[in-house]
Amino acid sequence: MPRDKTTGMAEAVSRMDAGSSVAAGLALEHAVPFAAGHELVRQGIDDLTLVGPISDVLFDQLVGAGLVSRIRAAWIGNVSAGSGYNFRRAVEGGALEVENHSNLSVSLALRAASMGVPYLPTRSLLGSDIAAEPQFEVAEDPFEGQRVVQVPAIAPDWAVVHVQRAAPTGDAHLWGNAGITYEAVRAADHVLVTAEEVVDESVIKSDPSRTRITREQVDAVVEVPFGAHPSPVAGHYDRDNEFFLEYAEATRDGFDEWADEWIHGVDGREEYRGLIDRDLSVTEPTVAAEVRYGQ
Amino acid sequence: MASEGYTPRELMVSAAAREIEDGDVAFVGMRLPLIAFQVAVSTHAPNAMSVFESGVVRDDPADGFLHTMCDLPNLNRAVSTTHMGDVMGRLARGDVDVGFLGGAEIDRYGNLNTTRVRAGDREVRLPGSGGACDIACMAGRTVILMAHEPRRFVERVEYVTSPGHGEGGDWREREGLPGGGPAALVTTKATFGFEDGELHLRSRHPGVEAGEVAADFPWELRTSEDVCDEPVATTGTPTDEELDLVREFDPDGFWTG
Repeated sequence: MPRDKTTGMAEAVSRMDAGSSVAAGLALEHAVPFAAGHELVRQGIDDLTLVGPISDVLFDQLVGAGLVSRIRAAWIGNVSAGSGYNFRRAVEGGALEVENHSNLSVSLALRAASMGVPYLPTRSLLGSDIAAEPQFEVAEDPFEGQRVVQVPAIAPDWAVVHVQRAAPTGDAHLWGNAGITYEAVRAADHVLVTAEEVVDESVIKSDPSRTRITREQVDAVVEVPFGAHPSPVAGHYDRDNEFFLEYAEATRDGFDEWADEWIHGVDGREEYRGLIDRDLSVTEPTVAAEVRYGQ
Repeated sequence: MASEGYTPRELMVSAAAREIEDGDVAFVGMRLPLIAFQVAVSTHAPNAMSVFESGVVRDDPADGFLHTMCDLPNLNRAVSTTHMGDVMGRLARGDVDVGFLGGAEIDRYGNLNTTRVRAGDREVRLPGSGGACDIACMAGRTVILMAHEPRRFVERVEYVTSPGHGEGGDWREREGLPGGGPAALVTTKATFGFEDGELHLRSRHPGVEAGEVAADFPWELRTSEDVCDEPVATTGTPTDEELDLVREFDPDGFWTG
């Protein structure tokens, strides 16, 4: 495995095949890998199965672009505005298959795959119509006879994760909310790390307790500042709430015009960034106290 | 004086805040509950703790406005920013006292639907569960917040996204659900309790006429008089302190206006 996995976004995303399952938006509303998603749209890689907890319009955009056949997720919409209109249209028109989950059941499905077991049990979902969907099995646990829901493993082909900083090797620091990032990275066959900054390996090793992804799982590292906008990235920029509200308005009746402006009309992330005039900068950085490891 | 005028949503936040007891671990989620927790911890529940499915664990109000649980002010000086497996594990173990839920539809046993509803002969797809089903199944008790609109109250929800008391009685126990289920419903017109799994009117908000609430329900709504011989009360109005806090945490009325 090469030590330097850095590459450009277009090259990294081109490694994903049509028909792949892709887990993304794993830290909930935090650090959603929008830049990678927009590159999927540009390249038109389709027939995708998307996996995630909630996606905060990333899934809605991929659906709007006609790339998605199936979604296995807990919530698909726009957190600021409610509905994701592309998603709604696609489901109501019969063009999209949805496997309904809860946040915990997605988490357990990925955790099961990460542990190499076929399923994990939970007492969540009992009595819900989610548990009655065909992907789940309600069973009696063999030890105490409790009712449990068996959640089958999900091993995505790809997990796409946006982080604050990564070394060229793929070792990465991420902080703030992690959601189900760890489970997904360990469940997926391939991992694309997009990072606000690519840093020297010595920066990662200076604080190993903050290392959440290690190199043997990572296929490609792409440096892409502002790569999660309009979602926030701790230490870098805050949520652009207005953008989510404007997106809802702009996509209420269609998607193409929005995509022409924000995805097809820009040549990568730097040009995209030039279109945002709101100040999302972190005005008062909170810096952690020094951590000593010693030897 | 602040309390001379308040919006229905500000009243909901104050009513929801009062459902959080001091020392509670609260699964807070989104929107109004987020503000309700901040009010509760600033007033009668200084020892309450909030947990969010994204991984945040917080013991005090955030120092800036929050659109979502993942906004940076909610991370800033949090107690911990962990991951979902950790927080959901606490919920599954029974360590979360109270959770908050919303819904597009609710039925007489507090079952909630946020997955798909019928509009005439059309089916409308909604975003789904998120963590709501997990909270509904496993929190010690749940408090439901909803806008008071007659179309939201149905005899039986179209899809059970988040189970309440199922068919009433000991349904939850029979299903094997670990949490206690819905304890209260707060709407823009009234508050409700649950007795034997069924919803009943507990208090009307100031200015809401007797009979006005019952007319919005497609079944014969029980009241606290029917279930425990207590007259239907008037919901307590937000105090000046509570209103000041709501407006500090939501200065532009984004959630509460």
